[in-house]
Amino acid sequence: MDSTVANTGTEEKTWGGGNKPLKASYGKMMMWFFIVSDALTFSGFLAAYGFSRFKFIKEWPIADEVFTHVPFLHGQELPMIYVAFMTFVLIMSSVTMVLAVDAGHHMNKAKVTVYMFLTIIGGLIFVGSQAWEWATFIQGDYGAVQTNGGNILQFGEYVTVDGKEKFKRVSIEDIAVVEEGVRAQHERKNGLWFVGEEALPPYSVSEIYNGLAANENIRVRTQEINAEGEKTVLSREESLRQIKEHGKLVVKGANLVVNEYGTSLFADFFFFITGFHGFHVFSGVVINIIIFFNVVLGTYERRGSYEMVEKVGLYWHFVDLVWVFVFTFFYLV
Amino acid sequence: MAHEHKLEIFRGLWKFKSNTQKIWGVLAFLTFVTAVEVVLGIYKPEILMHTWIDPFKGGFFATIGNIILSPFVYMKPLNLIFILLTIVKAYYITWDFMHMRDETKGLRRSVVWTGVFLICYLIFILLQEGGYVFSVYNAEDALITRDF
Repeated sequence: MDSTVANTGTEEKTWGGGNKPLKASYGKMMMWFFIVSDALTFSGFLAAYGFSRFKFIKEWPIADEVFTHVPFLHGQELPMIYVAFMTFVLIMSSVTMVLAVDAGHHMNKAKVTVYMFLTIIGGLIFVGSQAWEWATFIQGDYGAVQTNGGNILQFGEYVTVDGKEKFKRVSIEDIAVVEEGVRAQHERKNGLWFVGEEALPPYSVSEIYNGLAANENIRVRTQEINAEGEKTVLSREESLRQIKEHGKLVVKGANLVVNEYGTSLFADFFFFITGFHGFHVFSGVVINIIIFFNVVLGTYERRGSYEMVEKVGLYWHFVDLVWVFVFTFFYLV
Repeated sequence: MAHEHKLEIFRGLWKFKSNTQKIWGVLAFLTFVTAVEVVLGIYKPEILMHTWIDPFKGGFFATIGNIILSPFVYMKPLNLIFILLTIVKAYYITWDFMHMRDETKGLRRSVVWTGVFLICYLIFILLQEGGYVFSVYNAEDALITRDF
């Protein structure tokens, strides 16, 4: 090696090369560059979310009413519990990652292997949970009617629980009066050739209207948030009038165009921001797996340094850091 | 390669014997903060649901007061608590998990100050604009309606 490396005799001087600015290695420094720029990307998204939310501040969906599900506990409203679990899983996997880095400093290959493995498992549990969360969100629970103006009207009734009057949501399936053969799905094979149409909504607005008229105690709830921080519930007459005059489309679940929870931007931002974060977690898991195999094969043992684990660790902690903010702004605030 | 770690958090209030112990200590603290957030989020204490100060009315100084005290004037205390706790969590993740505590001052500042400055700017511009669009949509003589 010596013969191929030019020796300038200036190694000890500032500009002689071989310096580490800020006492951080090149790789770690570049990871910090990436993290700063990625943090700005996420802030851009979250700030855009804030922009849209401020724009519709009086009618934004209330997160506690949207994310209420926990796997295996059907029909129970448990806001926050599942996301709290997801947050804990991610923080926990951050801990195993930092323990792997620490074991790397002590050149303890066995420990690094175990902790890297646990980190990967944590990441997979998180991504899986997020997939479940998405599926539940897309599936929807109560359904709603969208008006011509794009507002969402939901249904419910007042019930007395423990002596207190509470507004309880009612599913469109429970109130709709089904009419036979009103509207058939247009398929590619009939009618206009090779022209299909998207899936029809589960019910027509008139079926919902008839159901609403038949059920005396069901009322419509609008998007509007009142002084008590709750969504406005309309009177019976107003409920019927709203559905009859303004109702346009029956909505169940969520997609990028319309969702049953409220303003369509809510679902768009949910998909985009949690999706982008989920993609980061996924790529983090992939990178972790690669590093895991490198550890198992002894690459870093031979290299004499586990710094690569440290660099991947920085990325992994960053993903955790972003989640802390997503958690706050989507589920808490 | 030397790996000296600073083994204390809360400005020396809580000292640890080894780096591993510090990691578990930080985990305990982060879990505690998250638990507080979740409990507050589920029960939403009534006292935290309304702003404690009403916006000042009047001239120039009232406006200045509203700007300086804006987190207390325009934000529910509960949301303010959530955001502060989030920043606390972010601090400990960056400082102890990402080892920012052990980096040089220069690296620490170039990462944190750059990020914090740009993010504050971004948030200010976008939220200000969002509030403005809201006022245009919901003005007395608004030219837009969605109630049809």
